Amino acid sequence: MNSTLPDYKQMMSPEVRDRLARLVRRPVIMETLNLFKEFPTSSGKKQIVLKDISFQVHQREFLSIIGPSGCGKSTLIRILAGLETATSGEILLDGKPVVAPGAERGMVFQKYTLFPWLTVCRNVMFGLESIGKDRDTAENIALQWLDIIGLARYADYYPGQLSGGMQQRVAIARALAPQPRVLLMDEPFGALDAQTRTQMQNYLLEVWRNIDITIIFVTHDLDEAVYLSDRILALKANPGEINELIEVPLPRPRRSRMLLEPEFLATREHIDKLIRPPVKREDECEFKVVNMVGDKTFL
Amino acid sequence: MMKMQNVGCFAIRKKLTRRQEYILLFLSFALPLLLWCLVSYVPFLYHPLIRVTDAGDSFLCAPGDLIERSAFEEENRELASGGGKVMRGERANPAYLPAPHQVARSLVTAFLTPPRRDGEAWFHESIGHSIRIVFLGFLISSLFGVPLGILCGTFPFFERLIEPFIEFFRYFPAPVFATLCVAILGINDAPKIAIIFIGTFFQQLPMVANTTRSADGALIEAAQTLGASRRRILMKVIIPSVLPRLYKDMRILLGWAWTYLIVAEVVGTSSGISWFINQQAKYRDFSNVYAAIIIICCIGLFCDMFLAWFGRQIFPWESKHKGIFYRAAEEIFGPRDQVFSIVLSKEERRKRDEQHSA
Repeated sequence: MNSTLPDYKQMMSPEVRDRLARLVRRPVIMETLNLFKEFPTSSGKKQIVLKDISFQVHQREFLSIIGPSGCGKSTLIRILAGLETATSGEILLDGKPVVAPGAERGMVFQKYTLFPWLTVCRNVMFGLESIGKDRDTAENIALQWLDIIGLARYADYYPGQLSGGMQQRVAIARALAPQPRVLLMDEPFGALDAQTRTQMQNYLLEVWRNIDITIIFVTHDLDEAVYLSDRILALKANPGEINELIEVPLPRPRRSRMLLEPEFLATREHIDKLIRPPVKREDECEFKVVNMVGDKTFL
Repeated sequence: MMKMQNVGCFAIRKKLTRRQEYILLFLSFALPLLLWCLVSYVPFLYHPLIRVTDAGDSFLCAPGDLIERSAFEEENRELASGGGKVMRGERANPAYLPAPHQVARSLVTAFLTPPRRDGEAWFHESIGHSIRIVFLGFLISSLFGVPLGILCGTFPFFERLIEPFIEFFRYFPAPVFATLCVAILGINDAPKIAIIFIGTFFQQLPMVANTTRSADGALIEAAQTLGASRRRILMKVIIPSVLPRLYKDMRILLGWAWTYLIVAEVVGTSSGISWFINQQAKYRDFSNVYAAIIIICCIGLFCDMFLAWFGRQIFPWESKHKGIFYRAAEEIFGPRDQVFSIVLSKEERRKRDEQHSA
């Protein structure tokens, strides 16, 4: 419908182009080389979930991974975290191969994963103690983090006493406290209501702007991906392979009003076409709507 | 328009008022008691026997005997035809159905009556012995069952190694080991504890393993991405996350241990509360039997109620309120002005907490 919109690439201002060029010259933090993932199916055949995924993430980059459902984006980020192993291929973090989960790759999940038996402060301390910080140091750092995310008052609360948005804020603080190289986020705002989600997006950008962290962010929400990211990795489904790497033509810092600007809409439109599955003939269902309201004048 | 139907107390899954809950709680005990009272105190409702008050000229009966009504009438017919003095009696319930007041009296007198023979245990000694057997059996079983169960629930290696055999062994009823236990362990308390151990352990291990397996995988993954070691994940994530459920399992298993007690106590030399019950039944003192049964129920119930309350205190994140241990720790280790605030009212404490967090 928006065929009047020009190609998103031509809408990029020189400043943004320059910024992205500088971004790609920064050191590579994480990269994947020819990543494959196969799952055995019940019929004995192998289903290829991820096919030949290779990409690089640069220092302080915000990279989103987006794709239709079933394209394996969650599997991909779980492989990056080390929670699942790839069938073949390699993941390098600072040039060293990744084999198991570790504190240098923090992760925020869609489900609320704060430990319900620990208070908010002790939750943030968990990762710090895991990497060998003593209790007092861990507590001090945790309290600083709670201050940063604005939840210092809730240090002694249990997660069950907080709202969903607050819990995800604590989860972000918990992942960031041990100073990971990369923050992996698997649809972290998926379970939140629309209003809280917008708040959380702005809030995440604010945190990201102020600390040295690289973020890989999985989402199925187009607006979210375009609004947050420097670059977007669009995947195809069946098998999941890289469709296109999109450079977002929006300047930083991002503002909510950018959601209405042509650059945003053109990019969104472009990705929407990319990831929307082509409609097959047999998938098209025909609706037969029968007017059951007696009063025709109402229509 | 359909009118909303007023179904009162019988609405599906609708919470009753506090008042209704208490009334129903009272009734759930009062109704069976009322039934018992009716059967015991209202003549002609049940009372199938005759208690002889005056034996007359009968050679067969003595005062105090309980006999069938038909036998009583026949005997009297014979006495009358022989010209003798007829028996007199009143309708009575069988000996195994004592009246509530008799049982209530026995609840006290059972403790005060010395044993009929020297060397036999007093009632409270019997109870003490039973409790000791149950808790020892349960404790030993838990010492092995809980760690092994957690291990099986955490590592598939141990699950495959240990659980198949336990699952198989679980179907042996514990009483079949009675003779074996006596042969190996002698006739005193050891075989009894062994029976309770066998009855509990083989249920406990799969139960604990299952509960451990129900630990939320997402929490374990979160801990992994935070760089926690395997040991730390086991001790600080898996165990705490299933602890409230394990605690509930233990409460259920303790109930089972009690049921095995009755089997255990007749093994070897009879002892404890079931010995007391058997002994009293032999003396045909059934009010004591019922008293003992009621006391077992009360011990079980109060034990469970205490454990339920205790559970709410040690797992404060399960309910919304802080447990007393958390509060006590706050009182002891908290800032100076918090000490002794237990004497403050709820309102005062709330104010103080607000000031503190502000």
